[in-house]
Amino acid sequence: MATLNVLVLVCFLYVTFLFAIAFGADRAARRGRGTWLRSPVVYTLSLSIYCTAWTFYGAVGFAARSGLEFVTIYLGPTLVMIGWWWTLRKMVRVGRSQRITSVADLISSRYGKSNLLAVFVTVLAVIGTTPYIALQLQSVTLSFATFAANEPTGTELPSQQSIALWVALGLAVFTILFGTRNLDANERHHGVVMAIALEAVVKLFALLAVGVFVVWGLAGGIGETLARIDASPIAAWEVSGSRWVGLTMLSAAAFLCLPRMFQVMVVENEDEGHLRTASWAFPAYLMLMSLFVLPIAAVGLDVLPEGANPDLFVLTLPLQEGRDGLAILSFIGGFSSATSMVIVAAIALSTMVSNHVVMPVWLWITGGSAVMSGDLRNVALLARRISIAGIVLLGYLYFHMSGGGTALAEIGLVSFAGVAQFLPALMGGLFWRAANHTGALAGLATGFAVWMYCLFLPSFGPSSALPQAVLDHGLFGLHWLRPQALFGTEGMDPLVHAVMWSMSLNTIVFVTVSIISFPRPVERLQGAQFVNVFEHSGNTAGWTGGLAQSEDLLIMSQRIIGAPQAQALFATAATRQGLAGYLPEPSPDFLQELERELSGSVGAATAHAMISQIVGGATVSVEDLMAVADETAQIMEYSSRLEAKTEEQERTARQLREANQKLTQLSVQKDAFLSQISHELRTPMTSIRAFSEILRDTRGLKAAEKSKYAAIIHDETVRLTRLLDDLLDLSVLENGQVVLNSQTGHLDALLDRAIAASGLDKRTFRIERDRLAEDVMLTTDLDRLAQVFINLISNARKYCDSASPVLKIAPKRQNDRLLIDFIDNGSGIPTDHQSMIFEKFSRIGETKAGGAGLGLAICREIMARLGGDISYLPGQSGAAFRVTLPQSPDTAGSTASA
Amino acid sequence: MSSERGPVFLERRTYRRRRMADAARLLPILGAALFGLPLLWGIEGEATPTTRVMFYIFSTWLVLTVLTAVISRYLRQEKQDPPDTGEW
Repeated sequence: MATLNVLVLVCFLYVTFLFAIAFGADRAARRGRGTWLRSPVVYTLSLSIYCTAWTFYGAVGFAARSGLEFVTIYLGPTLVMIGWWWTLRKMVRVGRSQRITSVADLISSRYGKSNLLAVFVTVLAVIGTTPYIALQLQSVTLSFATFAANEPTGTELPSQQSIALWVALGLAVFTILFGTRNLDANERHHGVVMAIALEAVVKLFALLAVGVFVVWGLAGGIGETLARIDASPIAAWEVSGSRWVGLTMLSAAAFLCLPRMFQVMVVENEDEGHLRTASWAFPAYLMLMSLFVLPIAAVGLDVLPEGANPDLFVLTLPLQEGRDGLAILSFIGGFSSATSMVIVAAIALSTMVSNHVVMPVWLWITGGSAVMSGDLRNVALLARRISIAGIVLLGYLYFHMSGGGTALAEIGLVSFAGVAQFLPALMGGLFWRAANHTGALAGLATGFAVWMYCLFLPSFGPSSALPQAVLDHGLFGLHWLRPQALFGTEGMDPLVHAVMWSMSLNTIVFVTVSIISFPRPVERLQGAQFVNVFEHSGNTAGWTGGLAQSEDLLIMSQRIIGAPQAQALFATAATRQGLAGYLPEPSPDFLQELERELSGSVGAATAHAMISQIVGGATVSVEDLMAVADETAQIMEYSSRLEAKTEEQERTARQLREANQKLTQLSVQKDAFLSQISHELRTPMTSIRAFSEILRDTRGLKAAEKSKYAAIIHDETVRLTRLLDDLLDLSVLENGQVVLNSQTGHLDALLDRAIAASGLDKRTFRIERDRLAEDVMLTTDLDRLAQVFINLISNARKYCDSASPVLKIAPKRQNDRLLIDFIDNGSGIPTDHQSMIFEKFSRIGETKAGGAGLGLAICREIMARLGGDISYLPGQSGAAFRVTLPQSPDTAGSTASA
Repeated sequence: MSSERGPVFLERRTYRRRRMADAARLLPILGAALFGLPLLWGIEGEATPTTRVMFYIFSTWLVLTVLTAVISRYLRQEKQDPPDTGEW
């Protein structure tokens, strides 16, 4: 019983350790530390999720049954890695430049951003991967049961099903925790990748340790081991050529197409240069993984009793020899292989399911409009989390239903053959410009159907999924349709037979249909982009937008990638175009960048659909299409350069017009101000004169009357003084003569003060505050900052036209800056006025409140002096102002602890 | 492809890089051929021992790995390569 307890304890500690590693890596990455997270070594190790529990345990079993043939499973990927210059380099480049999130996304994006294709690939991937996940669960439970069986008092043993359930639950939790931290599926999952890299080291170490033990501990040296192999039933090299070649090709294809491989290889890739290292380091890793497989198999066959399961030799050999420590290490190795596969597969599949199935359906159900209230990010994240749970659950159910029997052992290769069906569409998409949507769909459907019929259904065993009659006599009694002897090809290995027919029919249909049918314009453009990715990096073209759509786009993007990111993206684009604020011109460049950014979150197809909804459809012009054709490329390049220049000029002209308009407006405002200021000065002056004359000339005034008139005179003088103070203040600020008085204080105390000073009636005007976020220490000129706050709050009080006005004050940290948003629920400020409100003397419309229009101008000057900024935030529920303050590192520290 | 001429040593380097790219392209083909070779071995009705094939496969594997490592050293990313997208 002791060993079993130790095993459970070690397992538990190991899992805790993995959580800690993932957490630490995520944290380090978030803080911008941890360059080691981005090293090529970590990338190479993460590729090792190719080696699942099926290879960890199963390779020995495979070798015990068919000798050296097992090595083909590793030779295929080795050849692919060695040939990285052909395919992987291109795949990674395309994946990065198009912000691809999954295989489904790559295929759909290449073939005109078709969601139908994406859904199809997703479904195929789920069908192909579910049995594989079940296989991992089975291997963990089997290895656990092996330990339990070795116990003398193995009575108190939980059932296999319940172990599998616990493992599945734990994996789902881990994946949800670290796999869905950020919505952008294109962002790296540092925590997950780090945990996987660690597991890669553990499984390699475990297998090598067992190997060393077997060769030098059990067999007694290399020579002895070789003698044992020569004496074993697998001594002779009797590999069928078709299986050797077929399996190598199959594993190579699967290596490129498996969703989980795509995830670590392309999506999580940080730097193309890492491929260079992986190109030789990963083959070396695979070689080490398979180095001791044959010795272990031979010695196991020799030492262990007849009928022992060869799939578990890695575990039973040390156990038999009483090496419990080694056995536990080996168990942990197998456990690592199983868990890392499930985690990455679940992340990869959940991205596909949520981006291509759940999100489109959800958008469609909720009216299909991209511009509406609510935060889409939460929906997408929830969808992804539910998908993860669903996928792991599906694996568990498959395991549960199949009863964990031997039928599962073969499923690894069956699953490989299923996902290998993506290969023609994938490679065609990368290398052949004429490959099109219809062809890809037809090829995939054909390959999938043949795979289903010839391999997947028969794999459940005779007369379970397919009736025996069909197996023997073919579908509808047609002899040439026998699933394991299509078109009369008898006597072939069923696997090779199915792979050969499904892949060749898939390819033939794909090529033929592609040749016959005609692609849509978007496909042709995407085709040129993908195939010639090294010549021109990225210019999908085709978006032209009007001016009014920027705000709509901002509203939509805020809901998908989150408000801070969207605002930062828009602000940067605006700055690049030489505009201030958050609304850039919807130029084709910007729209394309935005679409890429969005597709990192929701996939290419959905992102494209959403933008076209707002901008009004992609306009792929005849010129664009001609640019695709090589023969006119040069002429077209010249004319497109001219066109770009014209566009540039048009934009400059628009900017000039804008500047001119602003100047005119300013001049009008100045005139208006002069009359306003004389009016403002005259009104109090008039009453002061009038009342002082009354005081001087009227006799017999009562004392009460006298003091009343004097009070009026006093009030008016105060008003005058305030006006003059404001003017003086502004001129001092503008000339930079102001002396700042730096103090340290709490933000919430400052806001309390500002609210009290702004004379707000709390019964009629509600203020929503976030006390937790306000717990920030500030070191700045607090009085000046309070002046800004008071101004913003009293502006809200004066101008918010809602029946029940609410002002929301939301502070948040972003990098090393503190943002404080003041958002009310009124009707906001019209877009055409937004650029003017910070100008001096500007007042919007005829205001009842009667300020001189200096408040916001003063605020802006103050914030500039404090090293921060104040700006109008469009696309909110009402008028919204954002105060930005720089934060020094020491004050930032106190925020983190708060 | 372009007709501009750089200093001699630079041209040599570009040339070397191009040839190394050729080698990188050919290597998987060579590897496939080498890995397929044992299929042609079983002569005179006598079965080849597994151990011999094992030695052959693993040494080929090692040689291919080392070759790839050497070649990929030359294929470092060029400075004038187009920058990544999303550079902002």
